[in-house]
Amino acid sequence: MTDQLATSFVRQDLVPQRPAPVVTTGFVGFLRTRLFNTPSNALLTIVCALLLWFTVVPTIKFLVVDAVWQGNDRSACLAENVGRTVGACWPFVQAKFIQFIYGFYPEAERWRVNVIFALAIMLLIPLLIPRIPGKTANAGLFFLAFPLVAYFLLHGGGIRGFGLTWTADAALALANSIVDAGRKLAELGEARGVIGWLPVLLGKTLALLGSALAIPIAPLGWLRDWIQASGKAVWADVALTAIVVSLLLFFLNGGLRTGWRSLIISLVTFAGIALVIAVMGLDRGGLPIVDSRLYGGLLVTLIVSVTGIVASMPIGIALALGRRATIPLVRIFSIAFIEFWRGVPLITVLFFATYMLPLFLPGNFTIDGLLRVLIGIALFSGAYNAEVVRGGLAAIPRGQAEAASALGLSYWKTTSLVVMPQALRHVIPGLVNSFIALFKDTTLVLIVAIFDLLGSLRAAFADPVWATPSTLFTGFAFAGIIYFIFCFGMSRYSLFVEHRLNAHRRH
Amino acid sequence: MSIESRPPPSLFWPKLRRAVGGRAGWSGLVLQIAFVALLVWIGYEIVANARANLQAQRVASGFGFLDNTAGFAVSQALIPYSESNTYARVFVVGLLNTLIVSVIGIIFATIFGFLVGLGRLSPNWLLSRLSGGYVELVRNLPLLFQILFWYLAVLATLPNPRQSISLFDKFFLSNRGFVIPKPIEQASFGPFVIAIVIAIVASLLLRSYARRQLFDHGRMLKIWPYGLGLLIGLPLIVCLVLGAPVTFEIPALRGFNFAGGSRIIPEFIALTLALSTYTAAFIAEIVRAGVQSVNKGQMEAGSSLGLSRGTVLRLIVVPQAMRVILPPLTNQYLNLTKNSSLAVAIGYPDLFSVFAGTTLSQTGQAIEIIAITMGVYLLISLVTSAVMSYYGWRINRNLGAT
Repeated sequence: MTDQLATSFVRQDLVPQRPAPVVTTGFVGFLRTRLFNTPSNALLTIVCALLLWFTVVPTIKFLVVDAVWQGNDRSACLAENVGRTVGACWPFVQAKFIQFIYGFYPEAERWRVNVIFALAIMLLIPLLIPRIPGKTANAGLFFLAFPLVAYFLLHGGGIRGFGLTWTADAALALANSIVDAGRKLAELGEARGVIGWLPVLLGKTLALLGSALAIPIAPLGWLRDWIQASGKAVWADVALTAIVVSLLLFFLNGGLRTGWRSLIISLVTFAGIALVIAVMGLDRGGLPIVDSRLYGGLLVTLIVSVTGIVASMPIGIALALGRRATIPLVRIFSIAFIEFWRGVPLITVLFFATYMLPLFLPGNFTIDGLLRVLIGIALFSGAYNAEVVRGGLAAIPRGQAEAASALGLSYWKTTSLVVMPQALRHVIPGLVNSFIALFKDTTLVLIVAIFDLLGSLRAAFADPVWATPSTLFTGFAFAGIIYFIFCFGMSRYSLFVEHRLNAHRRH
Repeated sequence: MSIESRPPPSLFWPKLRRAVGGRAGWSGLVLQIAFVALLVWIGYEIVANARANLQAQRVASGFGFLDNTAGFAVSQALIPYSESNTYARVFVVGLLNTLIVSVIGIIFATIFGFLVGLGRLSPNWLLSRLSGGYVELVRNLPLLFQILFWYLAVLATLPNPRQSISLFDKFFLSNRGFVIPKPIEQASFGPFVIAIVIAIVASLLLRSYARRQLFDHGRMLKIWPYGLGLLIGLPLIVCLVLGAPVTFEIPALRGFNFAGGSRIIPEFIALTLALSTYTAAFIAEIVRAGVQSVNKGQMEAGSSLGLSRGTVLRLIVVPQAMRVILPPLTNQYLNLTKNSSLAVAIGYPDLFSVFAGTTLSQTGQAIEIIAITMGVYLLISLVTSAVMSYYGWRINRNLGAT
């Protein structure tokens, strides 16, 4: 037993201590693994640290440490008066703050802008938080009701008629235009002589068609005249429109059996409209009119971007559906439309809207400068949204649409109830990205002489009262922070939504 | 009783139905007719209104104005131009300025974007955070804001020519722009260029020979010393034999400005800087997404072969990532070209600025000028995407996919 022990493979002496393994956790480990693991990485780290040192430190010094916080004019921000190197000149921003936010909107009327901002925030925040219920009503209020209310608040003015009057006007204008075109074509054909019989025939047919169209419209015209002649034209029109639309909805949705719900919704909507008209006094001329040339600053930036977002969505959805339509001409038109707007720079679109659009409209029809730009931006970003929506439509399996057809749903019901809701859910992050791009692009309106935030900033630089060496940098820092907050906020929100929508895929 | 084979039913009507109405059939046809009628009506209204409005404003129509004398100066022209030239010449000058700023912007943006994108994926923590911060900052600020920032806040606050920042007393940076020595061609310039071309072609041939050797026989040839030798040696020999191909006119400070040398105008510098840094942030994200789309195993396999990280990226990962990178990269190139029209904000004489800006305000012929401008940008877009999709097709073919 003992000699067996002596020859057994049991170590008799202690193993010498080995050095502790290299630390890979904690701060030192972090330095070792992520910053200084190889000589080239160490060099890179040093270069980056130097870069940071030479960019971030002076920026902070400029914005906070060396900044001047109070003063009334440029003398407060001059190095010889302060007695040290001067950083940001914040009194300049304070003095111009009103201009940066409202532009030249009259001081007495600025409460209207504030009301709009408050309304927008009140409607937007519940829309963005997924847990809060009532999204349909909320979205309807934000995307349909809010823009109209905001228009009458911002611009002022009232209305003379309502649904029936407008419908009658539009229908009569259409009939007149057709008759007019027919007559001109006929004249052209007669002037040409021998070969002109075809245009003459076509023109006469068109004129006849137009006149025929005018006959069923005529009662509508009489109704309009009767409404306008009555003492309270707007109220009569609202009441009549409410009755007609509600009854139509009631019978279209199944009449006595199932139509009650839509009847109630329609009546409530019209009651809301009547309330808004009464509160804002739209029937009595509304608020004093403020010309759009007085708008400016962040107000214009938000008007242009929100209108662009709201108006480009239906355009984008329509174009995306058109691009997938089975009808050849509709498809070709949609493709050409999308490719055209995507192929040209936004600024040419703005020039198109500013200089060419007025030429295309009838001479007696003037169109406001801001509105022209809004039309251009809506068309442009509609084409971009169309491609995003198309991506979403392509991601929906064909089985969804086929199953809906098998249930007997029509194309429109299949699209609006089954395919489109799923597709839009898919592309929310893409849409948010295109909204960020739109928000950044609103700065271009500066080039067609509309003063958005950047335009107001540029105008403020021209003020000799505030001309100091650091004014420019201060102004850019301020505007940059605002733009960054908006864009970064949107992109973070889109990440959040993406995460939420992909929740089922993560496990 | 034998069953006679019946002739197949006539397919004429169904085919016609499909051709004119799509899958929706005759109702589709009716819809199309209504649609065309609507378009014709809108078109008619537009033309009629435009004619009436132009007559009321007494604006001439047609493209005759292109032959008129422009009568305004352009601050940068790549081809000889004077105020007595026509509007057509102005158009060419502007187009060349747009193209040069786009090409240079694209080159810088691509290089910088790839560096930042790869930097964001670097194992070095500081570098990846720095690249990420750069991307977030630049992407979330409007481009026009950045252009104006470079132009108004950075370049305009540079010292005046007298106190300009100089490099070797030959390059001068001031608020009037960047002044560099101007090359003047000598007699030996032609042979010099030919020598460079020959050297490049020879190096490419050498490279393809080395590749074939590698692919067919597995032999790795070290060719870069020969290529470098060719590229430096050949032009050098020409220089030694025939004399220097160019001499430089050194700019000198005279009075309040520089005399001699070539001047790169500050508008060009601001625009190129803003465009390339802005687009680089987007390219960086595209590169990152592309590299991340390559299977992690590829990187690990490369490392296990003993290749360094740089070599793995260059030879294995980036070529595969190119397939994912290329389409969005094309879009960024197009965006950069289109965004160069923002030059009008700082007065760089690009196509949009001189043509849709100055020429439009002088002649008032909005329809023709805006149509031409839009058409040119559309053409550039279509040509670029065609070239890039050809390149993408070639990459796919080389990788043996599809």
